[in-house]
Amino acid sequence: MAASGESAALDFGAAGKAAAPTGTVGELRQDLRLIAEMIETGSRVLDIGCGDGALLAYLAREKNVDGRGIELSQSGVNACVGHGLSVIQGDADSDLEAYPPGGFDVVVLSQTLQATRRPRRVVEELVRIGRRAIVSFPNFGFWQIRLGLLLTGRMPLSHCLAHPWYETPNIHLCTIRDFVALCDEIGVRIDRSLTLDRHGQPYSLDPRGNLANLLAEQGIFVLCGSASP
Amino acid sequence: MSILISARSRLLSDQDWPGYRLVIRAPLRLDCGIDFGPFTIAYQTYGTLNEDRSNAILVCHALTGDQYAADPHPITGKPGWWETMVGPGQVLDTERYFLICANVLGGCMGTTGPQEINPASGEPWALSFPVITIRDMVRAQKLLLDHLEIDSLFCVIGGSMGAMQVLEWAASYPEAVFAAVPIAGAARHSAQNIAFHEVGRQAIMADPEWCGGRYLSLDRKPVRGLAVARMAAHITYLSEAALHRKFGRNLQDRLAVTYGFDADFQVESYLRHQGSTFVDRFDANSYLYITRAMDYFDLAAEHGGSLPAAFEGTRSRFCIISFTSDWLFPTSESREVVHALNAAAANVSFVEIATDNGHDAFLLQEPELFETLRGFLNGCAEHRGLARSR
Repeated sequence: MAASGESAALDFGAAGKAAAPTGTVGELRQDLRLIAEMIETGSRVLDIGCGDGALLAYLAREKNVDGRGIELSQSGVNACVGHGLSVIQGDADSDLEAYPPGGFDVVVLSQTLQATRRPRRVVEELVRIGRRAIVSFPNFGFWQIRLGLLLTGRMPLSHCLAHPWYETPNIHLCTIRDFVALCDEIGVRIDRSLTLDRHGQPYSLDPRGNLANLLAEQGIFVLCGSASP
Repeated sequence: MSILISARSRLLSDQDWPGYRLVIRAPLRLDCGIDFGPFTIAYQTYGTLNEDRSNAILVCHALTGDQYAADPHPITGKPGWWETMVGPGQVLDTERYFLICANVLGGCMGTTGPQEINPASGEPWALSFPVITIRDMVRAQKLLLDHLEIDSLFCVIGGSMGAMQVLEWAASYPEAVFAAVPIAGAARHSAQNIAFHEVGRQAIMADPEWCGGRYLSLDRKPVRGLAVARMAAHITYLSEAALHRKFGRNLQDRLAVTYGFDADFQVESYLRHQGSTFVDRFDANSYLYITRAMDYFDLAAEHGGSLPAAFEGTRSRFCIISFTSDWLFPTSESREVVHALNAAAANVSFVEIATDNGHDAFLLQEPELFETLRGFLNGCAEHRGLARSR
């Protein structure tokens, strides 16, 4: 895990410009594929920040899921609806309150939490409207990010954080440790967690340990409200 | 005022207009408490009903629309109001779906309305016609579908007042609605919209030719009042950006302003034209009654003040569509419907289309609107098991 003598910051810059998505398998991004594997056949799923609907389309096709989506960008919504998916234009901050408690088996928030205005409120809403919530986000405690900031003094760029500071949508970045602390604070139970290295390979590390917070480029967490069984 | 209007004071006769007529004999209990009937429903159909009777789409028209969605208008000769949407291979594909479009109760294109003869008096109904509601219109449409032996509609679709009917259908007869597409609509008429309607009604009633609504019996016609009502309403169907794009401050057939009250500006000339052509095809009392029906529409109020309650347990698939520049039925109104549907755990899609065409966008060539509808309807048709055309 040495930086092999090169400037780590330059590495990140190149990766950011290339904007290569995390290792893709077939048509589905690797992190989405891992999320899809956690979802049971025939579930009712709400995908918040569903983009072009890749996960929803996959789940409908492969797992007979009754899927709904929320997406901020008009082009994303139109593409989804144009492909027969049930998607509304909206965002995690303002459009979750209307949903009834437990209305979905699974609520997915993939790579979106860090772009919400009130992430704490959003996490609370996720476990309210879903029996389970699956949340993935980039880990700001990842060693390359830490090292990049230390060595260059500039805001880090990476696979997951491809925007320069002045135009990033990511206004509430956190580390895995921060996220775990938030879950503890608001009484949300972490049922399962996966950490992804920079090639998108999953491995299981204790999310409360130092290693996960250092080695993981992304985290995927399965949450449920504390009152749930 | 120098509005050029062709005075047509004779009673419009619908005897020669094309299309179907259904006479409902048993009286219909209206929201106002009156048992109304017998009455006539005038309607058009497009395409062919399949063997399972599962491919029917009910198209609901707007305030001044009619059943001629894709036929030339029998009075003006202009193409149908949704000609761009309806036809073989179009979004509402007549090779795949069976379309029904009926003139609303209270209308003036063949369905019983205030200009028809009240059999009790032998005179036109005029203001003795009962005040009808959106729900009454939908009840009448349901009777038509019962007559056509269609228990379950594949889709109910419409814009503006048509969207109100769609929502009413979904709330009143959820089991009969597989998919619902309210475009540029709302679950209730806003105070601002009621205010605009009141301006229109007052313009009609202020016309001395209106004669307390009895103009047909007296062989007169409140063309000026109706034209002004249309002019005011027409502004609300557009947007500032669209008016600026189309007309700006351009002058009409002149090089300089005339220091008078002629239509110096193109936008004035345009509005006068809109007003004067409208009176040829629309009945003033019908305008009063139908605007009133829209004003009274409040779907939540019909369900104990809760909009989610209106959709409780619905299994219909919804596609809500709004337009960015629509200030008559703004996106916020559609979003309220979306939130209510979410609260009812309904299957809902919601798309806001970027356009500067204002409220009227649902009648115009809007590629994104067409693409969205095509995708939504195809998805629904697959779930419904409808064969693709050819």
